[in-house]
Amino acid sequence: MKAPLAWLQLSHKKTRLLVALAGIAFADLLMFIQLGFQAALFESNVKLHKSFKGDIFLISPNADASVTMKPFSRRRIYQSLSIEGVKSITYVYMDFSIWKNPIDKSTRGVLIFGLNPDSNPLELPGLSNKINAIKQKDVYLFDELSRSEFGPIPSLIQEKETVTTEMENHRIKVGGLFALGASFAADGNLITSDTNFHRLFPNRDPSLIDIGVVYINNNAQLELVQKALKEKLPNDVRVLSKTEFIQWEKDYWKDSTAIGFIFTMGTGIGFLVGILIVYQILYTDVSDHLSEYATLKAIGYKNNYFLIVVFQEAIILAILGYIPGISITIGFYSLAAGATSLPIIMTLNRAITVFILTLIMCFISGLIAIRRLDEADPADIF
Amino acid sequence: MSKLSPIKINSLNHYFGKGSLKKQVLFNINLQVQPGQVIILMGQSGSGKTTLLTLIGGLRSVQEGNLQVLGQELNKANTDQLIKIRRKIGYIFQAHNLLTFLTASQNVQMSAKLNKNIPSKEIAQRCNTMLEAVGLGNRVNYYPDALSGGQKQRVAIARALVGNPELVLADEPTAALDSHSGRDVVNLLHKLAKEQNCAILIVTHDNRILDIADKIIYMEDGQLAISDSNFHVQQ
Repeated sequence: MKAPLAWLQLSHKKTRLLVALAGIAFADLLMFIQLGFQAALFESNVKLHKSFKGDIFLISPNADASVTMKPFSRRRIYQSLSIEGVKSITYVYMDFSIWKNPIDKSTRGVLIFGLNPDSNPLELPGLSNKINAIKQKDVYLFDELSRSEFGPIPSLIQEKETVTTEMENHRIKVGGLFALGASFAADGNLITSDTNFHRLFPNRDPSLIDIGVVYINNNAQLELVQKALKEKLPNDVRVLSKTEFIQWEKDYWKDSTAIGFIFTMGTGIGFLVGILIVYQILYTDVSDHLSEYATLKAIGYKNNYFLIVVFQEAIILAILGYIPGISITIGFYSLAAGATSLPIIMTLNRAITVFILTLIMCFISGLIAIRRLDEADPADIF
Repeated sequence: MSKLSPIKINSLNHYFGKGSLKKQVLFNINLQVQPGQVIILMGQSGSGKTTLLTLIGGLRSVQEGNLQVLGQELNKANTDQLIKIRRKIGYIFQAHNLLTFLTASQNVQMSAKLNKNIPSKEIAQRCNTMLEAVGLGNRVNYYPDALSGGQKQRVAIARALVGNPELVLADEPTAALDSHSGRDVVNLLHKLAKEQNCAILIVTHDNRILDIADKIIYMEDGQLAISDSNFHVQQ
């Protein structure tokens, strides 16, 4: 017999096999959707971090994420300049204010970045053209991808160049647009100069900054500079590479909020659905063949033989179900990416993760289904 | 080995249930079967003949007395020893119990693969030869669903005999068959067994096949009874 018993047994009933594969593909699709959306949301949340041009970032050790920045002494970023390999530095102030919609006068929290227009560390579409506008008094740039509740600012800007509104009884002008996008941290974003920032927040000490940005020389080694910075600077700042800076933000949303939990649960449900489907298939399969198994036991096959058969079935189901699962997912991802403008793409990592989950899923189902095998008593068949 | 009695039973008792529900089903069974002998075991339902058959087949643990099958004492034998003995016995069941998702040839191969004396290269050839011997040479690649009842039982015979066993246990091999194909199946079994010098123990209700027996044993209420002067049954 060339083909293994497991395959012959599975393939004998084609309809049942197809139903099983459809079920596994569905479970895989569920897991892929949850993991994909989660990654996409995290991705959209670190768009800001990725837009920074710097190599090394200084933040307060008390800051959890971009939504809860804690100011730290500006002196630390100037101290960085004495480290070998550091080319230049700049820094950013961040704080929340209340934006008044210029049309319906409703209010909404907005995240404001205060930065030096001559050393702007952010690389965002539209920003470099308009950066000089914020040198004027009380002029701000508005994130055109902010939620619509902030008012139809982009179209107003098209019509009359500037839009005037209020933030906490402070009159401001919108002098241009850039594109960043809403995140978990903020529904909308504004960029202005450090001077305008302190005009809006007169109680903030200008010597306390939120993000320090360090550029290193082209020939400098990132790890070495980062290490030297860590050694030189006291414990009241954290020194992160750009990758760590991005990961730091992702970790917060994943581990410290309900978001990671919700998507993990969603993935878990897909996993459970898969277990139930595969278990149902394997259980029926074992049940249907109980008398044959008993016969094989009677003529001298050992229990292990059947364990191997059931596990082989599990592996075959996992592999064959995964293929349509991932194919449908790739199509679904491109549909969803178009509909939500979230960066939903298949990554090799996720493809492998879900495949391993599928294998585990089928193995667990196999383990449960196998218990039925004990009922195949060879003494009962005479 | 071939000189040994395939089955040797001394003072075998067997009980079902436990405690106050304990009920004796086999009483002081003594029996010796010679190599190549065809024995028919008859008796009412519930007389204990199936229990005796499962004990001889190593499918049930021996409780009291001695039971030697193919030279192996089965009382207190462990699972591995039982499995080893089972691999040496050919079994034919009332229902054919063929694997529906395997062809006739593959079904026979399932049994042949357990026999260490058959080189794996020869398995397929040996199985097809065996199927030819039972008259199914043109049906080797048929699935059981495409075979008649008699043909299925003949596949089962091929499966039981492919390893040249010294002992075949058959439980009502004709029960599911009409009289004509039942007769065919039994003749075939008899003929092949004689060629291989294989002892056969058949449990049956079917009076029409008694003529192939070298010895007929009746069982009643868990005891063996003599019914023929030719018997070597040791009481």
